[in-house]
Amino acid sequence: MEALTNRSKAVDRRPMSVWEKAYLPEIAKGMGVTLKHFFKKKPTISFPEETRPFSPVFRGLQVLNRDEKGRERCTACGLCAVACPAEAITMEAAERKQEEQHLYREEKYAARYEINMLRCIFCGLCEEACPKDAIYLSETFTPANYKRESFIYSKQDLLIPDPVTEPELYKKALGDRAKKS
Amino acid sequence: MSITEILFWFLTVLAIGSALMVIVSKNPVYSVIFLILTFFAISGHYLLLNAQFLFIVNLIVYAGAIMVLFLYVLMLINLNADAEPMKNKWLKIAGTVAGGCFLLVMVAALRTVDTKGITAQVGGGDIGLIETLGKTLFSEYVVPFEVSSVLFLSAMVGAVVLGKK
Amino acid sequence: MQFCLLAITKAFLIEKAVLITIVIAVSLVIAMYSTWAERKVAGFIQDRLGPNRAGWGGLLQPLADGMKLFMKEEIIPNASNKFLFILGPGVAMLTAMMTSAVIPWGNKIEVFGRSIDLQIADINIGILYIFGVVSMGVYGIMIGGWASNNKFSLLAALRGASQMISYELAMGMSIIALLMVTGSLSLKTIVEQQSAGWWNFFYQPLGFLIFMVCAFAECNRTPFDLPEAESELNFGYHQEYSSMKLGFYLFAEYINMFISSTLMATLYFGGYDIPFVNDANLLSSLGPNLTATLQALALFAKIFFFIFFFMWVRWTVPRFRYDQLMNLGWRGMIPLALANMVITAAFMLWRHG
Repeated sequence: MEALTNRSKAVDRRPMSVWEKAYLPEIAKGMGVTLKHFFKKKPTISFPEETRPFSPVFRGLQVLNRDEKGRERCTACGLCAVACPAEAITMEAAERKQEEQHLYREEKYAARYEINMLRCIFCGLCEEACPKDAIYLSETFTPANYKRESFIYSKQDLLIPDPVTEPELYKKALGDRAKKS
Repeated sequence: MSITEILFWFLTVLAIGSALMVIVSKNPVYSVIFLILTFFAISGHYLLLNAQFLFIVNLIVYAGAIMVLFLYVLMLINLNADAEPMKNKWLKIAGTVAGGCFLLVMVAALRTVDTKGITAQVGGGDIGLIETLGKTLFSEYVVPFEVSSVLFLSAMVGAVVLGKK
Repeated sequence: MQFCLLAITKAFLIEKAVLITIVIAVSLVIAMYSTWAERKVAGFIQDRLGPNRAGWGGLLQPLADGMKLFMKEEIIPNASNKFLFILGPGVAMLTAMMTSAVIPWGNKIEVFGRSIDLQIADINIGILYIFGVVSMGVYGIMIGGWASNNKFSLLAALRGASQMISYELAMGMSIIALLMVTGSLSLKTIVEQQSAGWWNFFYQPLGFLIFMVCAFAECNRTPFDLPEAESELNFGYHQEYSSMKLGFYLFAEYINMFISSTLMATLYFGGYDIPFVNDANLLSSLGPNLTATLQALALFAKIFFFIFFFMWVRWTVPRFRYDQLMNLGWRGMIPLALANMVITAAFMLWRHG
């Protein structure tokens, strides 16, 4: 059989030499190897303190975006729900009242917007389907939890902080991915 | 009572008590463990007699090696009640007769012993010390000592040779 | 050497009690932190960091582990022999602790005008005593393994017993060769001889090698950890144990490791002798207490090196197969030890004319 890579190594089946049978030199060699590893730099990333840099195409937890005046972009058109292959998104639309103009950008808004993070496969099709740039996938991932119910994220969990009232929180939540859209 | 006396009586009670328990216990593993305890008590007596070498050799050889083999064998035997071999009536009678004979011999031997003249020296004396023992072994008893050591060596070499097969 | 029981005074009792307490506390703390060090060394050798969450560098990890073991449910299997089941770990712990009685931890110190030996008992059968206690060590494993009423535990106990008996032979013979060189059984005398002259390692390199391999086998450490081989015997003789009884077994292993390291340092590497320094000069310039402290530090440096060595080997060398173990013991170690003994004897004869 032809080798697929040139890394494979044939097993040496020659009988052991006296040197190898003495066993101790070979052990010493092995101990040398382990000692070398002892002083090597460790590739461990101590997670909560340091984080691994995300790949530019990483798709994490969804974020519902606001515009620069802090109004919700989502119009509850339902395209994301239709696009979702895992059927993780449900929403309920409502009509904007006169006094709510500072809250919602368009006349229609999502009164309820839920994503089931246990179903979500983080494919990013919702982001691509959205005509209003209202949803995008961020660099965070869903944190662990004790209850299944807590994995159903409501609008409150998904909405980005208001850029007008909480600018620094907004900056933090925005991340690098939002600029692209 | 001095500390030595307290220790003496404690060890005596321990030795005789556990020796009795060796015979009385139903479970053979308990018997072996009580036998080990007996050896410890006897070793303690050796220590009181200042026979340190005997003390430690008794522990190493009897409690440390031979009893391990006893325990080893007993653990491999099925110890269920129905597998008990001592059910035979004739065996019981033979055991009683043998035990009785042994008792007779012991009583006869002890009757003639003069216990007062040879009371052991507690704490003093250096007969059991390793230097004295070594000097005696290598001067007076050098031939039997060397012969027995050759015997042990040949036993060990024999084990290695048997293992090579 | 005078027989201790005859010379008992109150001060003597207090002195020894304090010394015993200190030695036990130190060996327990070292055993405790050996578990931490083991995990750290394992981590570093495997390119990981090891425990680093509990306290700085994970230093509180052993406390957390101990707490966990204490809090766990104590399970005694129904079909086990209850008394022996409890006796087993106790015996293991007892025999592990007893060896430290004859080890000299340093020269004399002077406290309250009394000159105190840093050794619990300087008996002139020191090495034999250690040997006796080590041979008792089998009982912890055997009793525990048998009382569990579990065939894996029993198999492990039998393995452990036969392994320890086999390697005790070679160990004893390597010590005999050492005794020919030193001419004394007292550990104190052996250390003093080494302080004056060369370390015994240079006279007995082969003997040291045999002693070390046998010490590994006696401690049931990798590559000889067959009694607790996880992959073959589901954890071996302590399979049925839980809570602190399991903790005792694990702890006893680490104490054994500490004591064997101490023995190797004492018998072959000069004990509390500080290398390249004349101890007598040090004694006159620094006074007894400071000298003793330095000596104890030197001893502990050696001990820690050997403990590290134990761990280093554990995470390098894979476990032996059982027949390989017996082969090595009976066909490798014993003939080698015999040869070493004969050569040493011949050499000593030749040198003494």
